[in-house]
Amino acid sequence: MSDGFPKIAVAGENSLIIYFSDRPSSALSSLIVHTSEHLNHQFGEWLIDLVPSYTSLLVIYDPLLTDHHQVRRAIRHAIQQSPASTDHSEGHTIELPVYYSVESGPDLTRLAEAAQISTEEVIAIHGQTDYLVYTIGFAPGFAYLGEVDPRIAAPRLTTPRTRVPRGAVAIADRQTAVYPAPSPGGWNIIGLCPTPLFDPNLEPSMPFKIGDSVRFTAIDREQFLQMGGCETDLKSEIL
Amino acid sequence: MRGIVKGLAVIQPGIQSLVQDRGRFGFHAIGLTTGGPMDYSAFRWANRLCGNDDSAACIEVLMGGLVLQAQIATQIAVTGAEIPLAINHQSVDCWRSHCLHPGDRIELGHATAGCRAYLAATGGFDFQPSFGSAATVVREGLGGPNGDGQALKAGGILPCSPSVETPCLALDKAYQPAYLENTASLRVVLGYQQASFSQAQQQLFFNSDYRLSADCDRMGFRLAGAAINSSTTSLLSEGICLGAIQFPGDGQPIVLMRDRQTIGGYPKIGSVLSIDLDRMAQLQPGATVRFEPIGIERAHNLIHLSERRFHNTPLIEITD
Repeated sequence: MSDGFPKIAVAGENSLIIYFSDRPSSALSSLIVHTSEHLNHQFGEWLIDLVPSYTSLLVIYDPLLTDHHQVRRAIRHAIQQSPASTDHSEGHTIELPVYYSVESGPDLTRLAEAAQISTEEVIAIHGQTDYLVYTIGFAPGFAYLGEVDPRIAAPRLTTPRTRVPRGAVAIADRQTAVYPAPSPGGWNIIGLCPTPLFDPNLEPSMPFKIGDSVRFTAIDREQFLQMGGCETDLKSEIL
Repeated sequence: MRGIVKGLAVIQPGIQSLVQDRGRFGFHAIGLTTGGPMDYSAFRWANRLCGNDDSAACIEVLMGGLVLQAQIATQIAVTGAEIPLAINHQSVDCWRSHCLHPGDRIELGHATAGCRAYLAATGGFDFQPSFGSAATVVREGLGGPNGDGQALKAGGILPCSPSVETPCLALDKAYQPAYLENTASLRVVLGYQQASFSQAQQQLFFNSDYRLSADCDRMGFRLAGAAINSSTTSLLSEGICLGAIQFPGDGQPIVLMRDRQTIGGYPKIGSVLSIDLDRMAQLQPGATVRFEPIGIERAHNLIHLSERRFHNTPLIEITD
């Protein structure tokens, strides 16, 4: 690594954030996961939590049991122990079915118009990439996937919707994601996925982890309903 | 499942009463937030007055209106917001424990200062944890009486074990926090993208009054005042710690609280000190706050001192 990376900065009274680079990549995600696992195994009760993301890792510690000097040293050690170049073929590929349509994807037509292509082409382009799980957050089971083909990349809505249905498959800039639960949201919706993405009673509670890949496959309305999709989420326009 | 569950019966749940324990830790990587008490100090005082440590679950009562009936003999204490408390229609003090007998009725009125009260019982309330904690996070559908993120409901039971009668404990008025003034000075540990805010913008931020908007909840407190701009235009989403102050495009600060999202992409200038978040959690909409910058070394010292103060503050034994 170069350009002064990795950098360690204070985030708060009990947190340091490590910046590994300014550009995300699958190799970098792999390095961040390794460093995160290393810290998790190496350190005992002073470690409270870890938040891996695109290019950074937030390390949350107990300031009554340790201090930022000791944690910085631990982080430097963990980075040294992580392999310089990591094999990133170890992730799994998860297939998620999507019912792409105008009735399940209220923004599909607008995206097609903006790109001057047909809605069928938008669907084909979205489905042809294996997306990397860069990070999980915002809500349980919400995976940030990238990167979306620039032809169908679209900025967030200027006014977010107050309710996005469970399973909404959406695009924001060059990221794509599936909303695991109904929530407010400002991403562009192009379809619905019937697969549950977060179940606290299952182990593991979600089908993917950072470093895995996600591939979307198109299904029709009937398959969507058979797979447990909810009819009321279709045309439920979704203000 | 368990046998007949006994404890305190919920007659009226009030505006929003939530089960909260210390919080949920170790699950940020799958997107779970921590939850936990908005005013940690009041929470731990309620527990200490009942002889519990910080791991016991309490009820966080927003603004008041909670009515309970005891089914067993136990002790309870209410701390936090200034709130009228009555047992069997007799007005009694907060910040001390009270012995309850089966059939006793406990009523919390409406908060006159502050906005969150904490009710603890000896031994803690016994709810099935989800991901290691009973802390209620409504947005995630986790924690609470049924583990599905719901607030208390009329007809529910707060399970707890009967306890033997021991002397009641009280915290002297001199040590109790005062919530009457609806203002606060909040210390900020500088960090994150601090360098992306110019000197002039930082001076403006630390010398301006900010008002709490109506948009304040367990996730974050949205403030209104001088707009602050960062030179960072695009930031890749990154981990958010407790108290982080983020500035969206409109330059109005948002302080991220116990139910914050785990990651976000707005520039942050640093994070409010946890002990000051306790005070902030008790402010009502319209309150004015000021921010004061501090470094990490001072923050560590302040946290250690606060912890020592808590453990070394004496409690008064009451025999009535």
